[in-house]
Amino acid sequence: MSTPRTLWRGAAVVGALTLALTACSSGGSGGGSSDDSSGSAESGSLLVWAWDNTVEPIAESYMDEHPDVTIDVVNAGTGNDQYTALQNAVAAGSGIPDLAQVEYYAVPQFAIGGALADISGLGASDLEGTYSPGPWSAVHQGDAIYGLPMDSGPMALFYNTTVFEKYGVDVPTTWDEYLDAARALHAADPSVYIANDTGDAGFTTSMIWQAGGHPFQVDGTDVTIDLADAGSQKFADLWQQLIDEDLLAPISSWSDEWYQGLGNGTIASLTIGAWMPGNLEAGVEQASGQWRVAPMPQWEAGASASAENGGSALSVMEASQNKDLAYDFLTYLSNGPGTRIRIDAGGFPATTADLESDAFLGKESEYFGGQKINEVLSQSAADVVEGWQYLPFQVYANSIFNDTVGQAYVSDTSLADGLAAWQEQVTTYGNDQGFTVQ
Amino acid sequence: MTTTAPATTPAARPARPGRGPRLRTPRRHSVDRPRRSGLLTVLTALVCLYSLVPLAWLLINATKSQGDLFTSFGLWFSGNFHLVQNVTDTLTYDDGIFVRWLGNTLLYVVAGAGGATLLAVLGGYGLAKFTFPGKRAVFAVVIGAVAVPGTALAVPTFLMFSRMGLTNTPWAVIIPSLISPFGLYLMWTFAAEAIPTELLEAARVDGAGEARTFAQICLPLLAPGIVTVLLFTMVATWNNYFLPLIMLKDPDWYPLTVGLNAWNAQAATAGGEAIFNLVITGSVLTILPLVVAFLLLQRYWQSGLASGSVKE
Repeated sequence: MSTPRTLWRGAAVVGALTLALTACSSGGSGGGSSDDSSGSAESGSLLVWAWDNTVEPIAESYMDEHPDVTIDVVNAGTGNDQYTALQNAVAAGSGIPDLAQVEYYAVPQFAIGGALADISGLGASDLEGTYSPGPWSAVHQGDAIYGLPMDSGPMALFYNTTVFEKYGVDVPTTWDEYLDAARALHAADPSVYIANDTGDAGFTTSMIWQAGGHPFQVDGTDVTIDLADAGSQKFADLWQQLIDEDLLAPISSWSDEWYQGLGNGTIASLTIGAWMPGNLEAGVEQASGQWRVAPMPQWEAGASASAENGGSALSVMEASQNKDLAYDFLTYLSNGPGTRIRIDAGGFPATTADLESDAFLGKESEYFGGQKINEVLSQSAADVVEGWQYLPFQVYANSIFNDTVGQAYVSDTSLADGLAAWQEQVTTYGNDQGFTVQ
Repeated sequence: MTTTAPATTPAARPARPGRGPRLRTPRRHSVDRPRRSGLLTVLTALVCLYSLVPLAWLLINATKSQGDLFTSFGLWFSGNFHLVQNVTDTLTYDDGIFVRWLGNTLLYVVAGAGGATLLAVLGGYGLAKFTFPGKRAVFAVVIGAVAVPGTALAVPTFLMFSRMGLTNTPWAVIIPSLISPFGLYLMWTFAAEAIPTELLEAARVDGAGEARTFAQICLPLLAPGIVTVLLFTMVATWNNYFLPLIMLKDPDWYPLTVGLNAWNAQAATAGGEAIFNLVITGSVLTILPLVVAFLLLQRYWQSGLASGSVKE
C-alpha cells in the first residue's frame, strides 16, 4: 500500500466517525462492546481473530467461568490472508477485532504501524520468566509488549526412522553429517530426499538464527540489514551444496505433495518447529509410528544451539474499546487454564511452567513410537540463541522471498546472490516506508 | 448414427474405365449423412477428455479417505470406499458449518441472482421497447459496464461498504450481485427481438395497462431469455469468490467457495488440521446443485439460444 499518510488519516477519521454513528449496530462488528463502557474484566463482549483451532474451546471455557462475557472467535484467514484483512480493517477503521493472532515474525510490523496495543501497563511487564526466552523476546519491542505468546516453535529434527534404518544412515548431529546423510539417502534411493525445500522465508531466517546470524538489527526506525554476515554465510554455504547436488526434494512445504512425501518416506526428515507433531498426526496418519525427533543438527560438534520457527502471539488491538477484558482473556489463554487445553490438543506451549512439568516431559507419543518427544523439544526451547530480531516489515520481506532467494532453487543464481538481491529490495522498501535502512 | 459408405477414397483415384467423363460426382454427404473427419473426431475427443478428467478426478477422489488420497493412484479408486463417511464428515465437521455455508450460498443466489435477473428483465424490456431521452447514454454506460470485471470493483466496493457499516453482513454480498450489466444487455437485445412492437400496440389498443401488458403478454415471450440470464447470474453468484472473500470475516456468513478455501488453508498452518478429503467431498457437493440446475433449465435455455434463427 503506497497510500499517502494523509489519506490514511482521513480514512481513519471518517471510519471512526462512521463507527461512532453506527455504534456497532450489529453485534458482530469489532471495536468491542458498546453497552459496557466501564470495561470491567467481568462483563462485556470480545471479538477474536484467530485461525488456531484451540482458541475456540478456550473461549468456551472462559465464558463458562465468566457468564457475563461473550467471546466471538472468528477465523478470518490463515497467516497472510488474515494480515491483509487486519490491515484493511485498520485502514477502514471499522471491523477491527479486540484480539488477533499474529505470528512472531509479523509482530514488529503491526506494532510499529500502531495497530497493536502495548500491554506492558496492564500487567504484562510482570510476566518476566513466565515464558521461554524465544517467544518472550518476540513479543517485545524495547520495553513495550505487544501481545502474549500462544505457542512456540523451538526447532528440532523430525526424521522418518524407518527410512534411515532401511538405508543404514545414522541420524545426523551436525550439519556436516547432515550433508553426508543427504548424499547417502539419495544415493541409496533416488526417490528419497533428506528434506524438501523450494525456498521458504521462515525456514531460512530460522536457520540463519541458529547459525548465530543477526541479519536484521532494529533500533526504533533505524534498521540494519546484513544478509551476508557470518551466520547467513554458514547457512548459504551448506544449503548451496544441497541444492547443487540435487539433494532437496523440489516440493513446497504445506502442499499436498508434501503431505504425500511425508507419508510415503520420500521426504525423510524435517527441520522444523515443535508444533509439527500435531500436523503430522492430523495430516500424515499413514506414517504413524515411523517418525522420531532428534535435536537440531549443530554447526559445531557438541554445541546445543537452536532457533524458533513459527509460533504466534495473541495481541490486543489498539482500537479495542475493552482492553482490560481483552487482557484478562489473553492471560487466561496464554498462561492460565488455556495452556492446558492447548497442550491437550497437541499444541506446543511457550510457558516455562508447562515446558518443565513432569507430566509434559514424560508424555509418550504413540505417533512417535512411544518416544518422549517433549524432552527433546523442551530442551530445544531452552537452547534458542538469544538476540534475534525480525524486521518491522517482515511480512512484506517474506512475501518477496521467493522472487529473490527462491531463484537459487530454480536457476543458476547462487543462494548468496539471492540473499543479496533480497537484501537490496527489502532495503529499498524500508527506506520508502520511512525507515532508515543501511 | 446412420451408416455411411466405407472409408473415404483417396482423392487421386483413376476414373473407372469404360465410362464417359462424369460431369458431376453425386453428393455423398448430406444433412443426414454428414461428412466425417478422423482428425476432427480425435481433436474433439481430446477436448472432451480435457474437460472431463478433472471432474472424474474429483468424483473418484471423493470416495477416498485422507490416507488413501496420498497412497493410491489419483485417477482410480482405492478399493476402500469412503464416500459415505466423507459426506457425513463434511456435513458434520465443525458443528455442521458446511450446511450453514450451503444455506448462505443459496441465500446469496436466490436474493442476488434472482434480484439481478428481475432487474435485468425490467430494465432490458424498458430499454428495448420504450424510447426516452438519454437512451443512447444508458446504452453506452451498460456496454462500458460489461467490460469492467467485477473483481476490479471489489476493493472500492469494500471501502465504500465499510464506511456504510455493511461489511461482514450478507448485504455486502447481495447488493453488488444485484447488478448484472451483461444480463441487462442480454435481456435488452432479446426483448427487442422477441416482442413484436405490433403486439404491444395491439394490447394498448385493446385497453391493457402497461403492467398487465408486461406481465401477461411479454413475460411468456421473454421466458427463454429470462432463464438464460438466470443461469448466467446464478453461476456467477454461486462461484463468486473474491467479493465475499474481502467482504466477510465471519465464517458464519461465508459462501461455499470461501468456506472450502478456508478448509483447504487449514493444511497449510502450524496447529491446523489437514482435511483434504473433506475439501474434495465438499467440492463435489458444491457443484452438484449447479449441475442439477443446468440439466433442469437446459430445455428453456436451448430454445432461447436458437430462437429467431429460423423464420416460422
